[in-house]
Amino acid sequence: MSDTSTTTLGRAEGRVAGHAAAEQAPARSKGYWSGVGSRLLRDPVAMLCAALLGLLLLAVIFAPYLPLADPFTGSMISRLKPLGTPGHLLGTDELGRDMLARLIYGGRLTLMLGLLPVIFAFVIGTGLGVVAGYVGGWLNTAIMRTVDVFFAFPSILLAIAISGALGAGIVNSLVSLTIVFVPPITRVAESVTASVRSLEYVDAARISGAHPLTVVRVHVLGNVMSPIFVYATSLTSVSMILAAGLSFLGLGVKPPEPEWGLMLNTLRTAIYINPVLAALPGAMIFLTSLCLNLLSDGLRSAMNIKD
Amino acid sequence: MLAYMIRRLLYVIPVAFGVSVICFMLVHIAPGDPLTAVMPIDATAEQQAAMRAEYGFDRPLPVQFGIWLGNALQGDLGSSIATGRPVAAEVRRAVGNTLILAFTASLIGFPLGIFFGFVAGTFKDTLIDRAVTALAITGVSVPNYWLGIVLVAVFSVTLGWLPSTGAGPGGSTAWAWDIEHLRFILLPAITLAVVPMGIVTRTVRALVGDILSQDFVSALEAKGLSGTGVLRHVIRNVTPTTLSVVGLQLGYLLGGSILIETVFNWPGTGFLLSNAIFQRDLPLLQGTILVLALFFVFANLLVDLAQPLVDPRIKRG
Repeated sequence: MSDTSTTTLGRAEGRVAGHAAAEQAPARSKGYWSGVGSRLLRDPVAMLCAALLGLLLLAVIFAPYLPLADPFTGSMISRLKPLGTPGHLLGTDELGRDMLARLIYGGRLTLMLGLLPVIFAFVIGTGLGVVAGYVGGWLNTAIMRTVDVFFAFPSILLAIAISGALGAGIVNSLVSLTIVFVPPITRVAESVTASVRSLEYVDAARISGAHPLTVVRVHVLGNVMSPIFVYATSLTSVSMILAAGLSFLGLGVKPPEPEWGLMLNTLRTAIYINPVLAALPGAMIFLTSLCLNLLSDGLRSAMNIKD
Repeated sequence: MLAYMIRRLLYVIPVAFGVSVICFMLVHIAPGDPLTAVMPIDATAEQQAAMRAEYGFDRPLPVQFGIWLGNALQGDLGSSIATGRPVAAEVRRAVGNTLILAFTASLIGFPLGIFFGFVAGTFKDTLIDRAVTALAITGVSVPNYWLGIVLVAVFSVTLGWLPSTGAGPGGSTAWAWDIEHLRFILLPAITLAVVPMGIVTRTVRALVGDILSQDFVSALEAKGLSGTGVLRHVIRNVTPTTLSVVGLQLGYLLGGSILIETVFNWPGTGFLLSNAIFQRDLPLLQGTILVLALFFVFANLLVDLAQPLVDPRIKRG
């Protein structure tokens, strides 16, 4: 974490410039974020991934309006049809349901179950970490030592433990994944906050009599949000893989709901009949997670954050 | 250094205590009565109360925790609700197979990751670097339970080279280090090794690139040190961080094996856990998680205790 203070300092200047630009003249918009944006735009890999993810997101959101077959009704006489079957572009699953429709509808739940826990954990973890890092003292000890205990569990083990105890279901899966991601985000938020807190302008604000909440809101949050956010984006692919993994184990979404991990599980036996078809849902998880990782890497290097 | 080691050793106690609190709570965050699975449907209220008292569920939580922890410390993890057999014996039988799988995967994943990372970091921004980086990000992004299925489809179903499931010929679960058994472990071990390999590659690549760009390396080269001489300095600088990343990935191997064992029907703790989940056998779930988490705690302890051996800065500080 030796590079945190320098990058945070660099970002502090950028933030101030960005604020000034937003409040005063739109013409002076050469702030930190526009710099990041233009660097990201010049990164072809990141842009390709962003485009693919955007396309997937659009398809998933507007699935009901697309000319797709019903993902729930199947036909017993047309089970496990190969790719390219007329009327079923990507074939049919083990109950004769259209694979293309199920893959697109399945993306809804998989993406939701993968992204929401990271968003929840981002909010909770940032709150806990900023409080621990800014207030310090016994509160810091209490929060950070609790976080340490959760770090004693490998993330998959913790997710399976909590989901296994709570039982299958979408809400339970969201709860368990959120609990998995709060500790790492808290740890990052705490260390970034602690380094910002010791900067001179924060001291200056405190000495000038600003209310602690104002100092946190204006001077601390503004500077710690972007490193925490970038860290959180790097967790999205893990989160999605874990969410689909829980469904794969029978702990997440319940059938007949389409979800990539669950589809991978129910199609497993079809591996001897039609291996390409059986591999499709997992290929979707893989491609999405690859795009999320590459985009997060691109964002990281556009913001000049070292690994 | 002695003070560091003692402090690190003592730190295990509160962490292990916290881990056991979380594992204990697993049974109590579960909705409904933990005994619903074994309770006869027509049990009267008195019978239910008697049963609850027999299992100790009628006492206050802290008391229950004290009793549970006391038993756990003596190696008694309660008995499985589904089979009635002691959980500790079931876990002991399964954990060996999980450790064998994790050990084999670490033999594949860590050396490859370190090697790839060194090559990419040394030849930064070349074609080799790009190829390795692509391989590493693929490794990090792949859902390994899917990769396992794909490998089975290719090497077992299509080519017929390797067995698709199980841990030994004829469905045997007794492990031996011979060719017959190694054929069974190859696919699950490779599957399990891919993610740690990707993470180690990325870490080592960044570390090596970082160190090679520092002034002291230019100084070493300027005074005429040979390539291997410089490499020795780089290795010494890379080792401490690599060691701690490897330590963290050991936990990944223990946890990640749960899904892989399900895919390959490997008779380890993952198999035990998916049974426990399927039958809602909470004591079995709790005991298995506790043992795996404690293994992770001690693996991290060993890595941290080995840290001063490779990082002289800790001795001074």
